[in-house]
Amino acid sequence: MKTMLAIISNALCRMTGRNAGAQTVSELLIGLSEYVTLTSPSPPASAQTQRQPPKPPPVSTRAAQLVSGQTTDQPVGPGARVVVSRSFADFTPQATFDIKKCDLHRLEEGPPLKAELTRDQGLQYYRTMQTVRRMELKADQLYKQKIIRGFCHLYDGQEACAAGIEASINPTDHLITAYRAHGYTYTRGVSIKEILAELTGRKGGVAKGKGGSMHMYAPHFYGGNGIVGAQVPLGAGIALACQYQGNNQLCVTLYGDGAANQGQLFESFNMAALWKLPCIFICENNKYGMGTSVERASASIDYYKRGDFIPGIRVDGMDVLCVREATKFAADHCRSGKGPIVMELQTYRYHGHSMSDPGVSYRTREEIQEVRTKSDPISMLKERMLSNNMASVEEFKEIDVDIRKQVEEAAQFATSDPEPPLEDLCNHIFYNNPPLEVRGTNPWSKLKSVS
Amino acid sequence: SPLFHKFLKEALNKVPKDKCVTVRDALNQAMDEELERDERVFLLGEEVAQYDGAYKVSRGLWKKYGDKRIIDTPISEMGFAGIAVGAAMAGLRPICEFMTFNFSMQAIDQVINSAAKTCYMSAGLQAVPIVFRGPNGASAGVAAQHSQCFAAWYAHCPGLKVVSPWNSEDAKGLLKSSIRDDNPVVFLENELLYGVPFEMSEEAQSKDFTIPIGKAKVERAGSHITLVSHSRYVGHCLDAAAVLAKEGIECEVINLRTIRPMDVESIEASVMKTNHLVTVEGGWPQFGVGAEICARIMEGSAFNYLDSPVTRVTGVDIPMPYAKILEDHSLPQIKDIIFSVKKTLNV
Repeated sequence: MKTMLAIISNALCRMTGRNAGAQTVSELLIGLSEYVTLTSPSPPASAQTQRQPPKPPPVSTRAAQLVSGQTTDQPVGPGARVVVSRSFADFTPQATFDIKKCDLHRLEEGPPLKAELTRDQGLQYYRTMQTVRRMELKADQLYKQKIIRGFCHLYDGQEACAAGIEASINPTDHLITAYRAHGYTYTRGVSIKEILAELTGRKGGVAKGKGGSMHMYAPHFYGGNGIVGAQVPLGAGIALACQYQGNNQLCVTLYGDGAANQGQLFESFNMAALWKLPCIFICENNKYGMGTSVERASASIDYYKRGDFIPGIRVDGMDVLCVREATKFAADHCRSGKGPIVMELQTYRYHGHSMSDPGVSYRTREEIQEVRTKSDPISMLKERMLSNNMASVEEFKEIDVDIRKQVEEAAQFATSDPEPPLEDLCNHIFYNNPPLEVRGTNPWSKLKSVS
Repeated sequence: SPLFHKFLKEALNKVPKDKCVTVRDALNQAMDEELERDERVFLLGEEVAQYDGAYKVSRGLWKKYGDKRIIDTPISEMGFAGIAVGAAMAGLRPICEFMTFNFSMQAIDQVINSAAKTCYMSAGLQAVPIVFRGPNGASAGVAAQHSQCFAAWYAHCPGLKVVSPWNSEDAKGLLKSSIRDDNPVVFLENELLYGVPFEMSEEAQSKDFTIPIGKAKVERAGSHITLVSHSRYVGHCLDAAAVLAKEGIECEVINLRTIRPMDVESIEASVMKTNHLVTVEGGWPQFGVGAEICARIMEGSAFNYLDSPVTRVTGVDIPMPYAKILEDHSLPQIKDIIFSVKKTLNV
C-alpha cells in the first residue's frame, strides 16, 4: 500500500509540478481538485485552510470542459464526480533521472550524475531494446528448431549497451564489435528481416547468406568478428582513418571481458594513445568469458583500468541512460582531440555463451533470475517512465504488440526466403575485379566468380 | 644543314632511354608515385619513416610526405596489421610493411581472417584495399627464424592476391598495380635483390606504368624445356639457361610474377611447345609453389604433352642453417638447375 501511495504521489507531484516531499496523497489530491473531483468525504479542515491550491498547469480542453463552474479559489464540495480521460498532454514530456556515478580512472571529472529523458526518447529506447530482445528470443526459437545452424551468440540482457551507445553517437560515427553482434547490427540500421534471414542463411540476409551470425555488415558498421580480440586493432584502424580524413568522426570498438586479456588489445591501446586516435574502447563485461568467470580469467577485473595510460570509466551497463551519458562523455573526449578512452559496461547476458551453452554450469539459475528481476534494462526503463507518468501501460503494450508482429513477419521471411543460388557460391571473393575461374571440388568443375 | 640536324634530333628522340635502376629504387619510385597520385595511400610499419626503412626501401618518403602518410609503428605486428586493415575498411589505402615476412606470422590472423575473407563474408559489402609488403625468403646468414618463404602459405588462401616480383620493372609495375587493386595483396620482395640494378625501359619509367597482376612473363624463349620460377630464382634460371645454351639446350624461362592467381595458361602453352618442365623456387618442397604447378599441369591440357614427369627444384627441407657452406647448400644453386634440366631431358 505504501509503495502504491508513493507511486501515486510521485505521479501527482509530476502533474502539479510540486516537489516530492512529505505531502500526503490526500493533500495532493485536494490540490488537484480544481480540475479533477473525487467522491470523498469533506477534506480535513486543516488542509483547506493551510493550503491554497496553485494555478493548475495547462490541461486539456476536454478536462477543462468537464470542470465547468470551478474557479481556482473555491474549494470543491464533496460528492461531485467527474471522469477525465488521459491524453498526451497529460504525460510528462521530459524528466531528469539520477544515474549511478561512474568509477573513474585517470579522469578528474566523469559523466554527469543526472540524465534528461524526453518522452519520445524514452519510447524510442524502449522500442529499440524490446526489438533486440524479441529478435534474440526469436533467434533462440529458430535455433532450437534447427532452422539456424552453427554459432549463435545472443544478446538478451545487454540491450541497454547497444541502445545507449547508439543514442549518444552519430550515424556517421563508426562501430565494430565481436560475435555477439545482432543487437548492434540492428542499432546500426540493418532490418530485423535481413538479420534473421542472414541467421537462417537465406539470400535475403544482409550478407546474402554468405556470412551468418558473426559476419553482418552495414555502412559504418564493421561486423560481427569471429576471432576474439581481432576487432580491436581493426577499430583502432578505423579511428585512424577518421583522424586521417579529418572528418570529426570516431570509432566505437567493443570487446568482452574475455577478449580483454588478448595481447593485440594492448598493442592497440599503445598505438591509439600514442597517435591520439578517436577511438572509444568499450569492454562489455558480462561477468563470463564463455564459461570462465572474470575472477578466474583476469588478474585485474577492473577492465576500465586496463588501458593503463588511457583514461577509463566504469559504467552501469544495465541502465540505458547511464550508458548514453557515459558514451556522450567519451565521445566528447575523443572528438576534442584528447585521444582514446576506455569504458567498461557492467552488464549481463541471460543466455549462455552461445546456443550450445545452457549457461548454468558455471553460474546459478538464481543469479540469472536475480538479474532479471532486479536489473533488467527494459523493465528499468519502463518503470522509470511509468512512475514519472511519461507514458501509459497501454502504450507500452501497443509497442510490444507491434514489435512482436514485426519480429514474426521477419521470422516468416527468414524461414520462407530461398537459400542463395549455387551460382553465387564463388562470387564476391574480390571487390571490383574482372570475373575469374575458381576450381571446384574436382578438376572438371570450373566455377565462375564475379565481384 | 638544318634538315640533317632535324633528322638527327628525331633519331635521338627515338632511342630508348633505358637506364639501370635497382629493385630498391624501383619499389621506392612505385610508392612515391602512388602516394602522390592518391591521397588515401599511406605507408606504415617499423622504421619506415625516420629511419628511411629498415632496408632503405622507403628512403626519402617521410621527408617528402610527413608524419601523416608515412607512419613509424611500435613493434606490434598483430596490432599494426589490424590497424592497417581497419583503415582500409574505412576508406584508406594502406601499405603495411612487415620488416620481413617472418614477422607477419605474428599478424597472420589479421591478413587471413580480417583482410582476405571479409569481402566474401560480407557478400561484397566490405572491401579491403590493402597491400602487405616486405622481404620474403632467404637472405644471407640470417639463419632459421629469418629465412622462411611464405609464398605457399599465403597463396593457399582464397581472397588474397600474392605477388612475387623479380626485377626492377616487375617490382615497380607490380607494386603500383597492387596498390591500385581494391583487394588485399601480399607483395613478396627479396632482400638480396634490393641492391641489384636492372635495366628499366623508358616505358617502365613512366608514372603510369603498371604490370597486370596474374600474368606471367616469358623472360627467355626456348624450345627444349620450360623453366618456371619466381623472384630471385628467375635470375638463377636465366644464368642456368645461358650455360645450357652453350651445350645446345635451349631453355624457355618463365617468370611467374604472380603466385596467386597463377597464370597456368602461360606455363601450359610453353609446355605444349617444349614437352618438359622444371619448377624452381627457394621455398620448401612440401605443399609448395612447385607442388601446385605439378598438380595443375597434371589436371590440365598440357599433361599429354609432357615427355617426362615435372621436376621440382626447391630449397632443402630443413630450417635454414647459419654457416655459409651449409646455407649455400640449403638453397637451389645454378648447378642444381642445370643438373635437373639434364635429368629431365635425360641427357
